[in-house]
Order: sequence, then C-alpha cells, then structure tokens
Amino acid sequence: MKPTDISAPDYFHKVVDCQWACPAHTPVPEYIRLIAEGRYSDAYMINWRSNVFPGILGRTCDRPCEPACRRGRVEETPVAICRLKRVAADFKDDVKHRMPRPSAKNGKRIAIVGGGPASLTVARDLAPLGYHCTVFDSDPKAGGMMRTQIPKFRLPDSVIDEETDYILNLGIEFKAGQRIDSLKKLLGENYDAIFVGSGAPRGRELEIPGRQEAAANIHIGIEWLASISFGHIDKIGKRVIVLGGGNTAMDCCRTARRLGGKDVKVIVRSGFEEMKASPWEKEDAIHEDIPILNFMVPVAFTHENGRLTGVTFQKVKAEYDSNGRRNLVPSGEPDQTIACDDVLVAVGQENAFPWIERDCGVEFDKWNMPKVDPKTMGSTNPKVFFGGDAAFGPKNIIWAVAHGHDAALSIHKLLSGEDITERPLPEVQVSSQKMGIHEWSYDNDISADKRYKVPHRDKVVALKDIRAEVELGYDVKLALGEARRCLNCDIQTVFAAPLCIECDACVDICPMDCITFTPNGEEADLRQRLKAPSPHLDQDLYVADGLKTGRVMVKDEDVCLHCGLCAERCPTGAWDMQKYLIDMTHAGTSCPSKSRSAA
Amino acid sequence: MTYIAKPKFHHPGLPKNDLGFTRRDYEGKISTLCAGCGHDSITASIIEACFELSIAPHRVAKISGIGCSSKTPDYFLGNSHGFNSVHGRMPSVLTGANLANRDLIYLGVSGDGDSASIGFGQFAHSIRRGVNMTYVVENNGVYGLTKGQFSATADRGSKNKRGLMNTDNAIDLVAMALQLGASFVARSFSGDKTQLVPLIAAAIQHKGAAFIDVISPCVAFNNHAGSTKSFDYVREHNDAVNRLDVITVRDPITVDYAPGTVQVVEQHDGTRLALRKIDADYDAHDRVAAMTFLQRHAAKGQIVTGLLYVDPESEDLHAHLDTVDAPLNRLDEKALCPGSAALDKINASLR
Repeated sequence: MKPTDISAPDYFHKVVDCQWACPAHTPVPEYIRLIAEGRYSDAYMINWRSNVFPGILGRTCDRPCEPACRRGRVEETPVAICRLKRVAADFKDDVKHRMPRPSAKNGKRIAIVGGGPASLTVARDLAPLGYHCTVFDSDPKAGGMMRTQIPKFRLPDSVIDEETDYILNLGIEFKAGQRIDSLKKLLGENYDAIFVGSGAPRGRELEIPGRQEAAANIHIGIEWLASISFGHIDKIGKRVIVLGGGNTAMDCCRTARRLGGKDVKVIVRSGFEEMKASPWEKEDAIHEDIPILNFMVPVAFTHENGRLTGVTFQKVKAEYDSNGRRNLVPSGEPDQTIACDDVLVAVGQENAFPWIERDCGVEFDKWNMPKVDPKTMGSTNPKVFFGGDAAFGPKNIIWAVAHGHDAALSIHKLLSGEDITERPLPEVQVSSQKMGIHEWSYDNDISADKRYKVPHRDKVVALKDIRAEVELGYDVKLALGEARRCLNCDIQTVFAAPLCIECDACVDICPMDCITFTPNGEEADLRQRLKAPSPHLDQDLYVADGLKTGRVMVKDEDVCLHCGLCAERCPTGAWDMQKYLIDMTHAGTSCPSKSRSAA
Repeated sequence: MTYIAKPKFHHPGLPKNDLGFTRRDYEGKISTLCAGCGHDSITASIIEACFELSIAPHRVAKISGIGCSSKTPDYFLGNSHGFNSVHGRMPSVLTGANLANRDLIYLGVSGDGDSASIGFGQFAHSIRRGVNMTYVVENNGVYGLTKGQFSATADRGSKNKRGLMNTDNAIDLVAMALQLGASFVARSFSGDKTQLVPLIAAAIQHKGAAFIDVISPCVAFNNHAGSTKSFDYVREHNDAVNRLDVITVRDPITVDYAPGTVQVVEQHDGTRLALRKIDADYDAHDRVAAMTFLQRHAAKGQIVTGLLYVDPESEDLHAHLDTVDAPLNRLDEKALCPGSAALDKINASLR
C-alpha cells in the first residue's frame, strides 16, 4: 500500500466518524470535551457555528453521527451525541453578546423563500457579511417545519423562538405571512440572488376506496400536526390508526395519545425493522402504549353513512428476489378490518412548486424536481439556489443546515464575482496535545460506563399535556458521565517513521491491537496480516514507511480508543497525539479565518 | 511511568482459546518500566505463549529476583501465583516451590544482573539439578536500575552510553546453561516475537530445565552505537539457526518465514515441536556441537538465536530424587504418617 497522506484534510476527518457523518460536519468531540469541562457556552457556540440550531437539533436531530460513532464498534452503544448537544444549549449562559453583530450593508439583496432551517442558515451566514436578507414565510413566525410539524412535547416553542431570534436579530428582514406565489414576480424585484428553502410541504395522499366518502375523519399527517401547532385542532377520536412508518407517523401517534386517543395504533406496510422512523422514536411511541403492527397494507377505508368506521388491510410478507430486492407479496391470510374513529395518513411527503413558473430559467427533471447541483446548491438559473427539502426531497434538519451553508457560500462567491464551483478547502489545525511527560491535554482515561439514559417525564403526566416536554435532558452529573464516554477521536495518533526504533512498545500496549509492523503488501493482503481482524473495510488503514527494517507500520483506525498509550509508551516520540480540528468553509471564510477554537 | 490504567476494552474480534480466554485475560498490571523497554515485549510474548497454550493462569507460578526484569511478572498473568524474591535467589525459591508442588508450571524470570552476577551460583545449581521450569533471562547487558553500569553479560569492547569501553570478559549464559546440562536451551531477541513466542511455548511444555536467554535492549542506557545489545546491533548480527512452531491442540503457532526443512521433535510428554532449519548444518540435538557452534559464531561477533539444544528424553529433579507423585499439599495424614510398622522398617534399614 502507498503510505497514507495524513496531510490530506479528509484522512483524519474520516477518523472522526461522528464529524464525518454529520452533514454539517460539527466538531463533535471538541464540544463534548467542553461540556465535560463545564464550558457549556463555548460548546454551544461551536455547535452554533456548524449547525445553527443546537437546542433544536439537540432534541430532534436524526443523529447520523450516532450510528457512525466509534464507541458503537467498541461496545454496544454509541455516545449520546445528540442529547449532549442539548446539554450545551440547556446549561449555557447568555450567549447574545457572542453572536455576530449586524454589519454595515453591502448593498446586495437576497430573497429567501421559506423560513425553515435551510433558509435561516443562509440568512445567518450571509447577514453578517453585509447582505440584506429578506425571508418570506406564509406562517406568522420563523422556523418552518421545525415549528409546525414537530410536536411541542418534543420541541418547545421557547427553544425555537430563542434560536430563530439569534438569526433574525442579525438584521434580517422577516416577512411573516407572505407566501411567495410567483418566482417570476420575485425575480422581477431585482434581488441579487434568491434562495428557495420552501420545504416539502405536501403530505402524500393515500388513494384507496373510501378515501373521499370518509374524508372527514381521514387526515394528512403533516397538515394535521401543523393545525395542532396553530391551535386549530385540539382533539381526536378515541380509536386512531396511524398509517406510515416514518418519524412523522411517530409524531402523529404520540400527538393523538395526547388529544384523547385511547387506542392508538401505528400500522405499517413493511416489517418493523425496515421502518423509516428512528429506533428511538419507535421506542418512545411504544413506551406510550402505542402498538406498531407490521406487514399490513391498507386496501380500503370502511365507512357507514359517510362516517369512517375502520380500515381494511391485506396481510403481506417479505420476499427477496435474486437481486436481494425486497418485495411485499400477499401472505394468503384473510384481509383484516380494524375499527377506528380517525385515521392519520403519514405515508410520505412531496415537493410542490406550483409557484415556480416553468419558463423562468429554473429547469425541472422528470420527477418535477428542480435540477440542483448538490455541491453548489445552484439551479439552472444562476441567481436561484435551493436547499433543504426543497432541493432533493424530504430529508431532515441537519441536512437542511448543510445545504444552507453550501448555498450561502455559493451566493457569496457569486456576488463577489468568483466561480461558485470552486470550493475552498476546509481550514485544518493540527496540534500536539502533549503537555509534559505522561501529561496530555485531554482526558485519556477511557471510561467504561454504559450509555446514560435521558430522564423522561412521568408518562401519566406527559400524556395529559401536549406541551409538556417528555425528555427532561441530562442533568450536569449525567452529562459529565456521558461526555466522558467520548473517545476523543479527533485527537489523532500521528506517526513519525524516522523517529521509530521498532521496539514494539506501541504494539504491546495498544488495548485494541490496532498497530502492526509487517512487510508491506496490497491492502487486501495487509488486512489479513494485522494483529487483530479487520472487518470494516470502510475504516482506513494508516500506513507509514521509512522504517529501518524496511517493514511498514500499519494502524487499523477501526476501533482505536485514542487513549494515547502508544504515544505514552513510545520511547522516541515517534507517536504523538495531535488534535485535529477541521473548520468547514462557510461563506466569508474562503481564506483562513482568524477564528480561534475554544481550546 | 504510565499513570492511566490500560483500558479494559479489547478488540471485538479478538480470538479466544480453549478456556474461553482472550490474550488480554493473560495480562497483568500496566508496565512501570521505561517506555520502549525490551522487557515489555518479552512480557507480551509470555502472555501470547500462555494464551496459545490455553494455560489456566492459576496453574502458573511466576518467580523472580530483583531488577528491571524481575519486576515484569507484575505485568503478565495477573491471576497466577507470584513470588518476587531476594536478589539472585529466584532459582532457590523456584526449586523449593517446585519440590513442594510439582503440579504447577514454574516460570522463573530473571535478568543479567540477577542471574549472571549476584545469582550466578543459584542459576548454575538450578540448571544443574534439572528443575522442571522455564528460566527466562531478560538480558540487556546493563544495570538499568542503577543508571547504566556494564553488567556481567556486556561484551568486552562494547561501549556504555558515555562512550567508555568494557574491559571485562562477558559471561555467556547460553554457553553456561549448555555446559551445566540444561535440557532445553534457546536464545532469542525481544524485538522478534515470531521467534520468541514459540520458544517460550516450547520451553513451558518442556519437562526439565529449559533456559531462554532473551536479548532485550535497554532503551534508556544501552541502545546506542557501540552497544552490542541495541536494537540495531542485534538486528544486524542476529544469526538464527532455526525457527520453531509449537504444535498445540489449537492451531499451531504459524510463522511467516520461507519454508525450510521441517523436523518434528516429539517431547517426553507427547507435545511436538516443528523445527524449521535455517542453518542446514545445525543439529539441535548435539550439545557439544552446539557449544562449539555458539563460540565460533560469538568470536565472529554474531549472535546465534533459535532453539540451540533440546533433549527430547529429558528428565527433571523429581525423577532424579524419586519423589512422591503428588504435590505435598495433597498428601493426607495416612500418607504422611504411615504408622509404626513403617517406622520400624526404616529404623531397621539404618541399623
């Protein structure tokens, strides 16, 4: 194998599995260390810079970081990264003075359609640079789906207000209650750039017999949730069926329980395991006495005298064809009709752009989605950018934020007369963490603690009040315990072959058998000759040559605890523990910034 | 010295032996030796050998004297019996323990100071008597704990860290062990675990006095140019005569060397060693030839390593003394007090 080029920003970035998996590339270990130190405000600001909505995401994020977390490969469960983010938001001091100041305007005007996470990210990135940002939203308050679709018992209004205010206070013009119904008209208003972050506002229909006749008691999930959010709906029948297996379905069923639903069921087509909902959201639903029935396909709504009486299901089973594709085929069992008073349909969301005229330079593909460059977020109209669910269909908040950053960078480059396809490399800082003999700047005494549970409000109390937040968040003590579970994967093991005397001290001490000295070979061959099995091919091997015996040092990054014992037991300093901080390029940081990290 | 404990987490794919233990279960406390010490590699090799042989840790007694080397039993086999004895007295304590309980596996760990200076006589007599043990000398040619004076195994003409020349002749413990009748004699290098681990495993299985001299560079005081016990010097002058595989119930320990002639040596207890010859002329069953070979190569500045001599028909001290089969702690009152008739018989024989 070729020696690893550790100067390539991506190499060590990939080792920080959580940060690599996060669409916004939040420096997770860095803020977790700050939480452990009790520096909640600093931890919050690191998050705020990367993901804009730490308090909101700390309650609602889809957490792509957690399945990626190295700890999950070392023991059973990953670090509760998401809930630690909430800790930073819960315990921080007043951070208003740390926010960017509204700056002198540069005379350029940006129109932003929709007030959700992608749009607000664009506004936040651009306003401090002097752009005049105008955000249009049909709702009275900013937040988009974060405010309308996520139930208050998961995300209180106060959290949304606080974090949307940080952005709106940057001198952003928020046009509440103004729905944009013509892109052409907007283009005519001579904005320098337009960002479309209007979401995926339409809930998918379920056109099966009885839909029209029983319409009064059949509700589209996201619309129903929004109506509750606005206070238009405050009750539901006793027996409720929720159709669909995503996170919206989970929000629907739990909301139904709080509005009078006694017998609430979730019924999904697929198997329980394949459901789109996050495992923890399914757990929370089950905890609230909501059964999830699987392999049942709705075929008809039954009704009497124009009133819904139930839903008929066909029973199916999963069969896999020779390509491993799953097909749901009838199991042969008789159809089953389940009686109910109301049905909530949460079978997906769709994009809708009736307000974008097809002749204003924005091209659409055959699925009626705008053609968007995933790198620049630009459309075929050079002035119009997309992000969030509006760009590539329904995803989640953290993806919307990532899109917002990318779009803001493009807009800034466009309006600075630069080529938007040239994306500046992230800024990387690497610094040794050695403080003295046997002294390191981070806590390398690996905690063996299991994942701490987040305390929940008592179920009886929680189900009575739709606004009572169910999760109470970690207290300081639990947060410290959980923070100590982080393996500090950003403190990298850096090897200097010229210093190595091949004494094997690192090989002998490594608790995870990560290090091997062996003759070089091709990767597949090398993986066979390592000191411990190497089953995760997506985890890189760190190869260094230039040793006296002609062998190479191979380190399997897979389950390294970053405990630093290799460096601790190295007599010559050939191993060093170096903190690797990567700052993704945002608008305005196209050349190395002077921003300092917290540590 | 490292202050943090080695994390208990281990690689999820770590293999288990017949007893269900991983290699990590054979570890002891974290080493307090200098970072990079060759002794730590020997520790790791002992751990690996015991793991491969599926040895129950509580069946091992590890006994040592004084010195850096003699500290190491604290770093392996944390669940075994241990005795850290007086300087140079490991062989006597081990002999006594072995006579009292012949069922345990005896691992004597010593250094060049402990065995070639203060305990030289003790070393000689335990070998001479054929005590059933594995006697490992962690040989760095220097007194590390007292900051780097030449030890008795330092080669004449080698230099210390300050550049002073050693003018005394060196004791070659391997030559001594051969001469004193050890039935298993090997030399190895802490920086070559593929050679060392099978040698330790074979020595543990050997019945009789098994002696292994392991050259173990002292990173703090004896790893400079001019030293003959440095990593670089040993790597350059290492003349391995053979490679060993121990054939165990578990997969044989595999070594990644080019295949040569393989000779299977069956030992007294039925265990088998697969000996791959590297030097075609070398015969590991010829004690006299081994001694000559060793000295001829030593004169050329070469360090001969490998299994240098093994006697498959070896016997141990218990056989020589015709002792009782059971360990003393398992003899009951009836066996220990056979009655007045037996006493009369003994008395009669002495009249």
